[in-house]
Amino acid sequence: MTTSAPWTPDQPIVSLRDVYKSFGSLEVLKGINIDIMKGEVICIIGPSGSGKSTLIRCINALNDIQKGSIKVEGQEVHTDKLNKLELRKKIGMVFQQYNLFPHKTALQNVMMAPLLVLKEDKASTEKRARELLAKVRLADKEDAYPGELSGGQQQRVAIARSLAMQPDIMLFDEVTAALDPETVKEVLLTIKELAAEGMTCILVTHEMGFAREVADHIYFTDRGVIVEHGAPETFFDNAQDERTKLFLSQIL
Amino acid sequence: MLDLFTEFFREMAENHPRWNFIFFYQGVQAEKIWLGLKYTIFLSVTCLFFSVVIGVVGAWLQGSNMRLLRSFVQGYIQLFRNTPPFVQLLFFYFALGQLTPTYSPDGWLEVPIISSVGWAIISLSFFAGAFNIEIFRAGIEAVPDTTIEASEALGLTRLQTYIYVVLPLGFRVSLPALNNNLVNLIKTTTQAFAISVPELLYQSVRIWNDYPSAQYPAMLLLFVVYVGLVGIMVFGMNRWEQKLRIPGYGN
Repeated sequence: MTTSAPWTPDQPIVSLRDVYKSFGSLEVLKGINIDIMKGEVICIIGPSGSGKSTLIRCINALNDIQKGSIKVEGQEVHTDKLNKLELRKKIGMVFQQYNLFPHKTALQNVMMAPLLVLKEDKASTEKRARELLAKVRLADKEDAYPGELSGGQQQRVAIARSLAMQPDIMLFDEVTAALDPETVKEVLLTIKELAAEGMTCILVTHEMGFAREVADHIYFTDRGVIVEHGAPETFFDNAQDERTKLFLSQIL
Repeated sequence: MLDLFTEFFREMAENHPRWNFIFFYQGVQAEKIWLGLKYTIFLSVTCLFFSVVIGVVGAWLQGSNMRLLRSFVQGYIQLFRNTPPFVQLLFFYFALGQLTPTYSPDGWLEVPIISSVGWAIISLSFFAGAFNIEIFRAGIEAVPDTTIEASEALGLTRLQTYIYVVLPLGFRVSLPALNNNLVNLIKTTTQAFAISVPELLYQSVRIWNDYPSAQYPAMLLLFVVYVGLVGIMVFGMNRWEQKLRIPGYGN
């Protein structure tokens, strides 16, 4: 490992260098470079199948990579020496399909990882879990099972569940894509509050309006490469690349 | 009251020679039935327990990264699922039984360290266990990969994910099939008769060998007892299934 100097907050908290990833003969990522500073909110947008989800799944080692380097707080992710546990304590992830544990209540869902992974004591975990559920406006749903909650409510429990691990970075993988339009807003609001509190957020999203509002930086991917990136205003109003323009004209 | 009961069956045996419920009015025979019942229940409960343990552990090993381990489990399943349980029992008792060491508690008689009851438990547990592995595997495979992924993303280890996420969910899916297999297991314990485990069938045969007039009654008793035993287990399993039902999930 080449971590001669410890990571300091003035360096990128997440850094991708020339990342290549393929599934069999299918090349999904073809040389991705991204630097994310602490507290930044970045949105990755692009057509389906452009590798957006794969990209963020490589950051917490749910997928491996073929070439390149991904560093989180200065630590190389894709190395045999990786301590997956340490990595995943730092990174929370929220999925498109919520993926809550259906046999646990909302409160138990939130408490599970702190109890099992961080070995925290039950009383303080429960207290924090309650606070987190209140924070995502679900204080009254503590004892509900995921199957009894709406999609938007489930997704907010999923966010609380990730936050319970007190991560430094949050990954959001198309978290509103499976939701009814009327519940999208409540989830986006929760993420917005999180971003405002200074959480480093990496979002894959199709919500352009939301991306424009919360993102510090937008990355547009197509066919495994970053075609264009920039601050939201310049990106949306002054796109340079033809592919970006085409995409935006279709989606906006 | 009890006198009336025994008197009724004693009289019945006198008037109807084929319906000699001897175990209802003769203490010695009644004790045989009680002993048989105790052995049957002991055998059923023990095999049930071990077969489920084999199922859980086997299903866990099947998901292992080590190919050798997986092949071993697969080989075990094929062997025990595809051969008759009766032959397995005879093989364990007569073939393997010959190879196990003996000890002598009184200095005279050589007793094998594994008794016929022991072999019946081993044989039947392995037999039912092979099916249980397949049953649990099916349940485990029904747990969405995405749920497992969420657990891993939260930092749970593979074992923790298995214990707290995969198993509780997969188990619920497995319950109906498990229920069936355990019903079969309880009924299959009668085969232990062949290696002289003093369970209910063995005791019944003992009785009707001594008293041929008690054959129909003993058979009737066997049917009633097994319907009862299996019924109790199925009732319990169904209650459990209901209790484990997740609100808003499935059904």
